[in-house]
Amino acid sequence: MAYNDVSNPLPTAVKLLVAGGFGVGKTTFIGSVSEIEPLTTEELITEASIGIDSLDGVAGKTTTTVAFDFGRITVNPGLVLYLFGTPGQDRFWFMWDELSTGALGAVVLADTRRLEACFAAVDFFESRGIKFVVAVNEFDGAFRYEAEEIRAALDLKPHVPVSLCDARDPRLSTSTLVTLIKHLLEATMVPSPR
Amino acid sequence: MSMRGDDSWLDGDSGRLVRPYAVANGRTSATLRLDLLSMVVATGTGSYGNLEPDHMQALGLCLRPASVAEIAARLRLPAVVTKVLLSDLVDCGAVRAASPEPATSDASERVLLERLLDGLQRRL
Repeated sequence: MAYNDVSNPLPTAVKLLVAGGFGVGKTTFIGSVSEIEPLTTEELITEASIGIDSLDGVAGKTTTTVAFDFGRITVNPGLVLYLFGTPGQDRFWFMWDELSTGALGAVVLADTRRLEACFAAVDFFESRGIKFVVAVNEFDGAFRYEAEEIRAALDLKPHVPVSLCDARDPRLSTSTLVTLIKHLLEATMVPSPR
Repeated sequence: MSMRGDDSWLDGDSGRLVRPYAVANGRTSATLRLDLLSMVVATGTGSYGNLEPDHMQALGLCLRPASVAEIAARLRLPAVVTKVLLSDLVDCGAVRAASPEPATSDASERVLLERLLDGLQRRL
């Protein structure tokens, strides 16, 4: 294709986020649905420091390097879906607007052995009005819970889908993405109280 | 000059041989607003006689449409530095860029989501 012809549009790129605590399987999930090996890149984020004496001229700002993994699904020649894993180890990703701005929605991966590790992601998406589904990554040896028990433990709103998943399984992971897109579609049908 | 993205200035053991921010001459702001999801592609034209090896590497990665995030990962450079390189390439006409456009209405968002749903379901 001749991309020097400006009438030939570039593919539209859209993104979904994959969030959850450290070690919950975000990169495994991305790798199982991505058509490329998950890639890693890093970005510097600037944040205002709070409550700490700053040196004159440094103006109370610090920068943090945040690394993140992502994968790609070419949905059709004109539409490319990127899946961005939120940095799990670093609490500062919440300050990184570029990652969440423009995201269509998110998958929050939960590990039933450490459910509390995904509280921060759930809170963040709720506060930003970013729609999400919770996918329980079923680790071998972990106690199995019903979806409704997870919903209660995470105090999720009734409309938030909860699904069971195995991040290693491309079919189950893709099916989680289908659940998310259906959830987003439903939300466009009813006026949301924003 | 090789156009492959994985050779010059990289060493298997020590990584990049040049500090990342030296690549962009210490600049951290691009003249063009690029997002991680901006798509870029080489135009096959443009005058880029004065560009540095890193620009040529970046250009070599744009032969097919790719996102800024992908180019950054393949160059093993921070996204902010990659944006400077790509914006230089756009300035000299070697690369064309399109930023992601948010859906302007519920109707256009629904069309987008339906295309996504259709594409994903076909992968099941």
